[in-house]
Amino acid sequence: MSESLTCDVVVVGAGMTGAACALYAARAGLSVTVVDRGPVAGGTTGAGEGNLLVSDKAPGPELQLALLSLGLWAETAKELGAAVEYEAKGGLVVARTPEALDSLRAFAAAQRAAGVTADPVTADGLHDLEPRLAPGLAGGVHYPQDAQVMPALAAAHLLRASGARLLTGREVTRVLRAPGGAVRGVRTDRGDVQAPAVVNAAGTWGGELAARAGVLLPVLPRRGFVLVTEPLPPRIRHKVYAADYVADVASDSAALQTSPVVEGTAAGPVLIGASRERVGFDRSLSLPAVRALAAGATALFPFLSGVRALRTYAGFRPYLPDHLPAIGPDPRAPGLYHACGHEGAGIGLATGTGLLIAQSLTGRTPALDLTPFRPDRFPRTTKETAR
Amino acid sequence: MPTDLAVIGAGPAGLAASLAACARGVRVTLIDAAPEPGGQFHRQPAAGLRAARPEALHHRWRTWTRLRDGLAAGSVRLLTEHHVWGVERTSGGLTVHALLGPDQEEPAEVHARAVLLATGGHETVLPFPGWTLPGVVTAGGAQAMLKGGLVTPGRTAVVAGTGPLLLPVAAGLAAAGVTVAALVESAGPERLPRHAVTLAGKFPEAAGYAARLLRHRVPFLARRTVVRAHGDERLTGVTVAALDAHGGVRPGTERLLPCDTLAVGHGMLPHTDLAEALGCRLDGLTVAVDEEQRTDVPGVWAAGEATGVGGAALALAEGHIAGRSVVARLRGTAPDPRQWAPAARVRARARRHAAALGSVYAPPARWTDRVTDDTVVCRCEEVTAGAVREALALGAGDARTVKLLTRAGMGWCQGRMCQPAVAGLAGCEPTPSRRPFARPVPLGVLAGQHSEEGHS
Repeated sequence: MSESLTCDVVVVGAGMTGAACALYAARAGLSVTVVDRGPVAGGTTGAGEGNLLVSDKAPGPELQLALLSLGLWAETAKELGAAVEYEAKGGLVVARTPEALDSLRAFAAAQRAAGVTADPVTADGLHDLEPRLAPGLAGGVHYPQDAQVMPALAAAHLLRASGARLLTGREVTRVLRAPGGAVRGVRTDRGDVQAPAVVNAAGTWGGELAARAGVLLPVLPRRGFVLVTEPLPPRIRHKVYAADYVADVASDSAALQTSPVVEGTAAGPVLIGASRERVGFDRSLSLPAVRALAAGATALFPFLSGVRALRTYAGFRPYLPDHLPAIGPDPRAPGLYHACGHEGAGIGLATGTGLLIAQSLTGRTPALDLTPFRPDRFPRTTKETAR
Repeated sequence: MPTDLAVIGAGPAGLAASLAACARGVRVTLIDAAPEPGGQFHRQPAAGLRAARPEALHHRWRTWTRLRDGLAAGSVRLLTEHHVWGVERTSGGLTVHALLGPDQEEPAEVHARAVLLATGGHETVLPFPGWTLPGVVTAGGAQAMLKGGLVTPGRTAVVAGTGPLLLPVAAGLAAAGVTVAALVESAGPERLPRHAVTLAGKFPEAAGYAARLLRHRVPFLARRTVVRAHGDERLTGVTVAALDAHGGVRPGTERLLPCDTLAVGHGMLPHTDLAEALGCRLDGLTVAVDEEQRTDVPGVWAAGEATGVGGAALALAEGHIAGRSVVARLRGTAPDPRQWAPAARVRARARRHAAALGSVYAPPARWTDRVTDDTVVCRCEEVTAGAVREALALGAGDARTVKLLTRAGMGWCQGRMCQPAVAGLAGCEPTPSRRPFARPVPLGVLAGQHSEEGHS
């Protein structure tokens, strides 16, 4: 069936970022259509843990976006908190050695200067916060702003709350451009959608969508495995991870790096996350990756040794070469906006991204300076090749 | 201990392959989760039960004694009570990872040059109101209780659903002294003649069961279905109704059958978890194999229900062919298919039967209409049909997204039970679901292997 629809803005991607863009654009008074080649939350959103973190971000534009986003998440949670399993549980970053603790404390001091709440925790204090942590840790930092949502539910409910028209199972084959270059909608495999603005919230597929609009955006996939245990009574209260996670997130290395982020969930299972490796779109099981996750998790929480892993899943975190997302209008294609490349932080950064996009779409001054997120910041020569 | 061929699953396919390969000089390790070899088809009573006539409960007893004696006479290394959770490709070949002990906590590994996946299938049960009541069991479960435990699940039973398994289950229960109030089959009898030619080879078997059912006065209710199971604490009866040509219930045909047991099954699905995790290509829901039963992953063969549900005769033939192929390939030579021509003929015939049976025995088209919103679909996570429908309204559209939004299929059984039901409610064909761990693995076992790998 082919039909032609008209609206103010087409959001490509029914994942978390697309849902947030739709919500804030609709609240700004725009009529929104969301198009996805798959179902809701079919990509990275459906393969993530739902981390809303400030703790892992160094001072800079990404941290500013995270602070903006976490405030908006707290607002959103007033309305949808239970439906999206929002939990303001806080994060606890631990250091194994005095040296690691020194670096962690220095990192936290810089974060505090940037507006993050980061409370030092002594070695003894760790067990007051997390009674089942391994003995012998040097200390840590508590981040009460860190929170969690169930990402697929969050995307689905934000989309519903937006009231946007949702077209799933439709692939955008081309972003339509007028003779002068301005965007005028999208062509899908089942008809066109006419709109003066198109938002690229296509996640790992964002580079391909940009290409279908005739512009370059070097989005690359980084594979991550998450281990999921059998359901347990609540035993882990925070998002707990080792201080070396911060270094891994910012890493440029293609090799596998793991540092366990361990957390309980509302539904009972413990999630152990965040292996990271660049292997293109290879989804096949990597036992070395899940073994490393298990080793890291049991080192932090020895009781997990006897707990069973029920499953593990791989997801692909979309990233750009400088590890910052692309957010905002694309000067190379008037009417095209990008909202992708958030790597492993997309759930947390979605609300702020959605707000910034809505502000750009309606000609308002964005709440943050968008210069670091400019989509045209990558000259062609720096394009990396995804293996 | 190194071995040439690790066979996973000691049912008909695994046994036939092990004997074929062992007889030709290949070192074989046969691995199974059960305490005794045989699989579901030749499930044996525990020795401690001292069964006087175990053959009374079995079909094709002579085939079993031949396999059993072959196993005893040969040098196949048999590892029972080994619960395999994964197979890994390693530099030296393949490693089979299993768990031992009553709590399945102790790791065990088998290193092999070749692996045969003879993992069999598992039963499908589609939900209906009341299906989670105590007293409702799977047809295969009832059979396993009879064969393995020499116990009957109750006094008065209804056997219901669809598929060729229902006949032997009803006959077995009746022979064991259970009053079988009815065999309720949703397929229509008039469809059978259409497949009479391909099914000809199956008729003596079916006729044997029919005679036993007649002898025990078991009513055979064709093109009917159980619409609801009744009871507060446990099952007290079922309502059975007639189906129209479109799979809907004919109004006014509902009838209450008192019973304390309902054995229900809607066919079988292949176990493909190990194959999927290895990266083997699947053909729909089955492991894709070539004429020699090889998967597309070097060193990995598959035989039996895993490559397509077709019964014990097909499994034996495929297992035999796989075993012969392994012998040649491990020597670095191409096998001569003429050596297994008789098995290949059995395989071709049995696959035709299976295809014909598959078209006869299909769940009624509109079974989802009868699943009320309060019916639990996923028992592990207690997800109702209403919750699944709500997820579809949120934009789910496929079974994977329903799972994400409802947790259906995320629990202990990882969707083995509810996956066909969720797919049906979502209006899509069941697809293989990724289960990287074929069974739950203690994190301590995974962590221990990490240090062995020498990572920090």
